[in-house]
Amino acid sequence: MSDIVEKTLTALPGLFLQNQLGGGPAAAKASFSSRLGSLVRGITALTSKHEEEKLIQQELSSLKATVSAPTTTLKMMKECMVRLIYCEMLGYDASFGYIHAIKLAQQGNLLEKRVGYLAVSLFLHESHELLLLLVNTVVKDLQSTNLVEVCMALTVVSQIFPREMIPAVLPLIEDKLQHSKEIIRRKAVLALYKFHLIAPNQVQHIHIKFRKALCDRDVGVMAASLHIYLRMIKENSSGYKDLTGSFVTILKQVVGGKLPVDFNYHSVPAPWLQIQLLRILGLLGKDDQRTSELMYDVLDESLRRAELNHNVTYAILFECVHTVYSIYPKSELLEKAAKCIGKFVLSPKINLKYLGLKALTYVIQQDPTLALQHQMTIIECLDHPDPIIKRETLELLYRITNAQNVTVIVQKMLEYLHQSKEEYVIVNLVGKIAELAEKYAPDNAWFIQTMNAVFSVGGDVMHPDIPNNFLRLLAEGFDDETEDQQLRLYAVQSYLTLLDMENVFYPQRFLQVMSWVLGEYSYLLDKETPAEVIAKLYKLLMNDSVSSETKTWLIAAVTKLTPQAHSSDTVERLIHEFTISLDTCMRQHAFELKHLHENVELMKSLLPVDRSCEDLAVDASLSFLDGFVAEGLSQGAAPYKPHHQRQEEKLSQEKVLNFEPYGLSFSSSGFTGRQSPAGISLGSDISGNSAETGLKETNSLKLEGIKKLWGKEGYLPKKESKTGNESGALPIPQESIMENVDQAITKKDQSQVLTQSKEEKEKQLLASSLFVGLGSESTVNLLGKADTVSHKFRRKSKIKEAKSGETSHNMTCSSFSSLSNVAYEDDYYLNALHDRGDKELKTFSLNSELLDSESLTELPLVEKFSNCSLSTPSLFADNSMEIFHPPQSIAASVAKESSLASSFLEETTEYIHSNAMEVCNNETISVSSYKIWKDDCLLMVWSVTNKSGLELKSANLEIFPAENFKVTEQPGCCLPIMEAESTKSFQYSVQIEEPFTEGILSGFISYHMMDTHSAQLEFSVNLSLLDFIRPLKISSEDFGKLWLSFANDVKQNVKMSESQAALPSALKTLQQKLRLHIIEIIGNEGLLACQLLPSIPCLLHCRVYADVLALWFRSSCSTLPDYLLYQCQKVMEGS
Amino acid sequence: MQFMLLFSRQGKLRLQKWYVPLSDKEKKKITRELVQTVLARKPKMCSFLEWRDLKIVYKRYASLYFCCAIEDQDNELITLEIIHRYVELLDKYFGSVCELDIIFNFEKAYFILDEFLLGGEVQETSKKNVLKAIEQADLLQEKTEYHSKSFIGFKKAY
Repeated sequence: MSDIVEKTLTALPGLFLQNQLGGGPAAAKASFSSRLGSLVRGITALTSKHEEEKLIQQELSSLKATVSAPTTTLKMMKECMVRLIYCEMLGYDASFGYIHAIKLAQQGNLLEKRVGYLAVSLFLHESHELLLLLVNTVVKDLQSTNLVEVCMALTVVSQIFPREMIPAVLPLIEDKLQHSKEIIRRKAVLALYKFHLIAPNQVQHIHIKFRKALCDRDVGVMAASLHIYLRMIKENSSGYKDLTGSFVTILKQVVGGKLPVDFNYHSVPAPWLQIQLLRILGLLGKDDQRTSELMYDVLDESLRRAELNHNVTYAILFECVHTVYSIYPKSELLEKAAKCIGKFVLSPKINLKYLGLKALTYVIQQDPTLALQHQMTIIECLDHPDPIIKRETLELLYRITNAQNVTVIVQKMLEYLHQSKEEYVIVNLVGKIAELAEKYAPDNAWFIQTMNAVFSVGGDVMHPDIPNNFLRLLAEGFDDETEDQQLRLYAVQSYLTLLDMENVFYPQRFLQVMSWVLGEYSYLLDKETPAEVIAKLYKLLMNDSVSSETKTWLIAAVTKLTPQAHSSDTVERLIHEFTISLDTCMRQHAFELKHLHENVELMKSLLPVDRSCEDLAVDASLSFLDGFVAEGLSQGAAPYKPHHQRQEEKLSQEKVLNFEPYGLSFSSSGFTGRQSPAGISLGSDISGNSAETGLKETNSLKLEGIKKLWGKEGYLPKKESKTGNESGALPIPQESIMENVDQAITKKDQSQVLTQSKEEKEKQLLASSLFVGLGSESTVNLLGKADTVSHKFRRKSKIKEAKSGETSHNMTCSSFSSLSNVAYEDDYYLNALHDRGDKELKTFSLNSELLDSESLTELPLVEKFSNCSLSTPSLFADNSMEIFHPPQSIAASVAKESSLASSFLEETTEYIHSNAMEVCNNETISVSSYKIWKDDCLLMVWSVTNKSGLELKSANLEIFPAENFKVTEQPGCCLPIMEAESTKSFQYSVQIEEPFTEGILSGFISYHMMDTHSAQLEFSVNLSLLDFIRPLKISSEDFGKLWLSFANDVKQNVKMSESQAALPSALKTLQQKLRLHIIEIIGNEGLLACQLLPSIPCLLHCRVYADVLALWFRSSCSTLPDYLLYQCQKVMEGS
Repeated sequence: MQFMLLFSRQGKLRLQKWYVPLSDKEKKKITRELVQTVLARKPKMCSFLEWRDLKIVYKRYASLYFCCAIEDQDNELITLEIIHRYVELLDKYFGSVCELDIIFNFEKAYFILDEFLLGGEVQETSKKNVLKAIEQADLLQEKTEYHSKSFIGFKKAY
């Protein structure tokens, strides 16, 4: 195929000439007399951009005339539309045609409609105002009997649709889920997917229908529903764990080739479907051992099946590997996945190599040894001609950086940085280099030079935190004062050298950093006097390329240096120049300097040397103004009142504002509400109140439900707490390691008599310096280099560490020899060079015995899966137990189970309860559960019946901690011995933290049989929001007041079925099904109230027109109205 | 998928489909930058690009570049296969497709794309089903257009 295209292309100019002659198939195609054809040809014949512009403008103006002419037929319009699309694609504005595109979709026949819809979907975006005009057309077409029209409407809805108009088409699209044609069902599912993306609340009530789509007999429909599931699971994986089995089964069928051959792609069964399922499984199995266990088999199968050597199988493999590493780990699978990654990395195909590197980057934190295995490949990729491969390699190296390899890795990163021009890349890379330099810098010189490179390349695009952090680091210093001074001195010297260079332009940010450092720390210099530094700064100040912001930094630096310079002409000159500057800011600074300069003593005390980190002692009481104040008061001025005092007085004069959140006690005094613009429509009772209460705006912020995202610390790295036993830890400069590596290499060469090319040797040397310390922290620790080295440039820590470059070097050497571990050393480096992973591991395990507590934290993440604690705070223990006494063991057989439950409940007749339902059983026991909806909580009762004739020991029931649920065990539940054929009840009170739709509470029962054989059974129950809704009994008056005080409201119209068309019956349904309290019914309006436990009130105002029930919810909680609305819709539809 | 672009070796845009709402100005900027970047790449280089915070997957078929933008966690290889499947569909529909087919019948290319990808997600992966849907719509068109000469000179799929 490609050959043909190539040929046609080279023949293109010729073809246009041939058109008249009509030769060749392509020419025939081009020869029809279409306006588009001539337009395209016209454009192709042109040579300059300018000519093209002229031609298109001509074309557009003629199109404009045509489309607005009343004589234009729809057929002509369709043709115009195609040309408009073409012009728009070339980058010209054709917005005058948008309205005609909508018209065409509305009025045209099928062919014209199709083009109209296409034009609409290409021209408009979903918030375009014209889109509203399309809604009617879509509604009409959705109801059409013509399949193609329905398809077109669904296609356009799935691409762009105004969010606020979703209710208009939603019922129609829901109907389409039952359509007999699979193409319609599929498009309907995708349209709902689109709705879910732009307005998740609106489609909440059809989640059950999605499940139906998932089970659709047509593969296409099922595959389409996976898009929705992937999305929903990404948002909340815990709600869909029960579907894991289904997804696994589907994947098994797909992998096993059970789908129609149509869905094969290059003889691989439905790869898109497989990948979608793998992604879903990865999300479901994350950190969840039980769910993960369900999918081990099918993942293994997928890995095994994907053997064919085609791109698409690699795509599946890659996704598989990703999933295997996402879910709860299983060593066999991890091993296989690691092998797959190897296949990718070693592949000669560049795309696969890239993905291999990507996978390595992804798994490197879990398994650093994997990088060791592929170190030579990684080295090769570092010099790859394709910058993308290089960048991915650097990303990988960035993840494995430690104190030993930092210089090499940062050097490689800087090399890449110098070559790249794209801003996004520079910003990203500069940030990483700065981070690494700060964390792992081996010495002062290296650190400053690296940061110089960062500042001069990153310049003005980098994140402002980088220079800020750098300056703070310099100012705050570390624990060793001499070390700090050396670093500062080095910085000062290096900047002076940089400034001496002629004709070099530095980014403004770099100049700002320099001027601050020079201003603060020039006093450390021996040779240069402050005056000389000032002269250099002055030179910069007079430079036109320096921005005025930087100039203020420079003046500040000069000001700091002036007290140190005894008398400087430069300062005089500077004052002279800038006091007449046009820039007010500069002028201000210059005047400040001038006045300070006249009073040297004051200046010295104001600008002390090296005190940037200390707070100035300021006379906060402004006592020197006392005389002035006294004078003012004596002349009759009012005494000063602070702001808050004024505020309070102002408030006390008005009605008192209540800033406390409203509880459930409603006293009518002290109540101030929010003015509701629509409050008057609420009926006479309420609008009376709004007049007196609603006039003032509450000025308190609604902070409820807002997460605190920003801390005072900003994004600073967490401080490491260091333990005292590391005080003997010593840093090792890079060279000493390199020496050792060199030795190791020579030794190896001698012993093995290997003749290697010089180049290869260089690479191996590079490898050894890159991968040193990877997966072998233990070795490093053994030699006395604790982790403290790596955080040399981190923020100040409380414990002093004795560090000095010179001594550390010597002492390290001695520690090397004193440990007389040389042979061991060699072994390690040889391993690194030889890429013998197995031996590496042995070393690793050998040393693990010697690990101290510090290095334990460095262990791979895999080992860090901690068990969740099962204890939950018993907050509600006492308030629910007093009413409810669990019955002591009631003997009953399994058959009598339900009667048992009811007899049990006789004690608590005041509470409504659900029927007992068996949740799990085996030959020995059976567990059933029911809910008791108490006034203050939901009480879950699990009754465990011992069916066997034997006594059970240490029977225990535990509930897994679940997000959002606070589960509290009622006392007296766990009885160590359970007699034969008896029943025990376990009770838990459940509270929720956030409103939700559906949740699952699961747990297990464990017990011992007589023969000490222990068993465990798991179960789960579904909880719905309704379990936590209680009626709220308030008066109409209170309702009115509360209504105005709630900010969160949701309105929705619901269609009522005929059976409940009257308001009272509809409300009755709501009362019965949702436990809402009916406060009052006024004509065709109704007021209801309920509360979500523990005490979130929600109010509902209903109004009936014809068969539509207008629901209007208000609550203090932002999410509750949405959830309740969903429940209401369900109830109203269901009945 | 965020968007799909088709452009020629000369940098001329042949098809654009945006699945995320962007202003015209942004679209133009992205297109310009991306066309430049992709055209500058050498043939032996990798088909994936990291561009701003997006992942670009592109492939050249003869004189045309097909270029898709995906999100970071999406699978690059399968996106390549999406491109390939689209080319297969075009090929089958036009009968050994060439750039001219797409230039002169770009609305057809859009129709096929809409049957294959919808709202940025793969809608139908069966080649047969996609073409069936297109043909159905085409057939209806032919009936309505029967009396007049169509300017669209598409070749029927064999």
